[in-house]
Amino acid sequence: MGLTARDVEEILRYLDASPFDELHLEIDGLSLHVSRSGAGTAPAADGGVAPAAPAPAPAAPAATSPPASVSRAVPAATGAGLVEIRSAFLGTFYRAPKPGEAPFTDIGQRVEPDSVVGIVEVMKLMNSLRAGVAGEVVEICADNGELVEYGQVLFRVRADEA
Amino acid sequence: MSAEGGTRRIGRVLVANRGEIAVRIIRTCRELGVETVLAASEADRDAMAARLADRTVCIGPARPELSYLSIPAIVTAAVGTGCDAIHPGYGFLAENAELARTCEQEGIIFIGPTAEQIARVGDKLEARAAALAAEVPVTPGGRVENAEEALALAGELGYPLLVKAVGGGGGRGMKRVDDADAMREMLALATAEAQTAFGDGRVYLERYVTNGRHVEVQVLGDGERVIHLGDRDCSVQRRYQKLIEEAPAPAIAPALRAALRAAAVRFAGHLGYRGLGTVEFLLDCERDTFYFLEMNARIQVEHPVTEMVTGIDLVAQQIAVAEGRPLPFGQDDIRLDGHAIECRLNAEDPAHDFRPSPGRVSRAEFPAGAGLRIDTHIEAGAMVPPFYDSMIAKVIAHGHDRDAAIAALGEALRACHIDGVATNRDLHLAVLADAGFRRGGVDTGYLGRFLAAPAAVGGG
Repeated sequence: MGLTARDVEEILRYLDASPFDELHLEIDGLSLHVSRSGAGTAPAADGGVAPAAPAPAPAAPAATSPPASVSRAVPAATGAGLVEIRSAFLGTFYRAPKPGEAPFTDIGQRVEPDSVVGIVEVMKLMNSLRAGVAGEVVEICADNGELVEYGQVLFRVRADEA
Repeated sequence: MSAEGGTRRIGRVLVANRGEIAVRIIRTCRELGVETVLAASEADRDAMAARLADRTVCIGPARPELSYLSIPAIVTAAVGTGCDAIHPGYGFLAENAELARTCEQEGIIFIGPTAEQIARVGDKLEARAAALAAEVPVTPGGRVENAEEALALAGELGYPLLVKAVGGGGGRGMKRVDDADAMREMLALATAEAQTAFGDGRVYLERYVTNGRHVEVQVLGDGERVIHLGDRDCSVQRRYQKLIEEAPAPAIAPALRAALRAAAVRFAGHLGYRGLGTVEFLLDCERDTFYFLEMNARIQVEHPVTEMVTGIDLVAQQIAVAEGRPLPFGQDDIRLDGHAIECRLNAEDPAHDFRPSPGRVSRAEFPAGAGLRIDTHIEAGAMVPPFYDSMIAKVIAHGHDRDAAIAALGEALRACHIDGVATNRDLHLAVLADAGFRRGGVDTGYLGRFLAAPAAVGGG
């Protein structure tokens, strides 16, 4: 057995409505890790499943189906139907691809889940930040060139009606 | 950008650590008038250190590899908040040469030795070579590439012996081999573990000293001159993890003690060491001699016992030396007064094989008084997260002699009340009351034997 996309969607909704930030599910060798911390870009892929404990257990015999990891950041819903896009890194926040160019997005503009809305630079490494939600940008919460923390709210988006 | 030949004042420090040591570093910075920025993971945003720091930035999620072990996150946090120095504490990136090197490149002062010195003492084979060059005795042993070489060397050394990871340290990455039959298996295991834990599969063999004590010497260097600040005994260990430490080391003949201290100063001097460090030795009780184990190029968990007997703030000295200032005192200025002992309180359950006991602390009461010191980040309502080590407090007592220190420490421990998580407090009380410990000079096998004895830990 496995999880369908629909199941995953349901799990995401469940997590969204819960007070928890992370959810780790293991069914028949399939492992699902969902975290609401951060926006669009997932933290650097570390080869799949986030281990529950760092203890190096002896390598288990390969499962019949390799563990799949769905590492998707979930934008957090706020009270007024607004969804927050948070930084997945501590670093310098840039609103445009280059100095002097137009910003990726602005207030009143539409974004899709895959839209790049900003860049967070961590030691000359540019990490693009995706919206992770479809809707209209209603607030920009950090200035261009500002140091942003991990988990800091950068945008608020009025999400499309489901 | 380094302070070669000149001094550079530190005005703002990024504290790249958590728990009690973050609190400890912030306290000294405050006294020195140095501002602090705490680099905290998401799990530590509301911890005591975050409240004490002038500013806290969240550098990443709870998982250490994405926060406390992330060099880009730490350095970006330091640059972005205008810090001119990073204090790494102990553990995490404290002995990471790459962080020290990156700091040098970014023009940030790394409060610790140079990247090159960290790399040299971090590679256990290089450290052994440096010890030999400084005429400091090392345990008989050497590098082995495969089982055949290991069996041949073991034939010369004799069993039992230890397989150690070249990139290991602090008791991690060690396997004991009792006879030739076990060699192949243990060597393979040790190599695999070394690769996983340290990203370096190289191992070496060392003779296992069956009746050894762990004695270490605190050293401090400014790059020109090295002095020692006395010794410590850390032989009360469980699975190579220290539980009780004291200064000075008890029951050592004056000549041997002098030789230990001189060897430590020679070793650090050979490296031109700049910063605070600890040279660890194995004291062979049967042969009345000692061997170099390793050097820790950072502040140690057990540094308070040295501070209690010397009256010197070691974090302040780290900062001064990092600023490029020469040592403010010479060896003859160091006075050791009385005796100090530290117990590490861990959130773990001795009644259930020491399993970790994370959770919400509902009550936390610690005593206060002359000659007492509690280093902790725990208060009522604090969370002990499951992601990090389980130490929640260090209880340290000073007395005019060892007996007085033991008595004061016992009283202090009995006045510690922590609810919500299990702790090893009663084990400490049982050890302090044990005749073997009270005599002084136990070996590293002591606690294992004590725990194996029936009814070791009563309902204290």
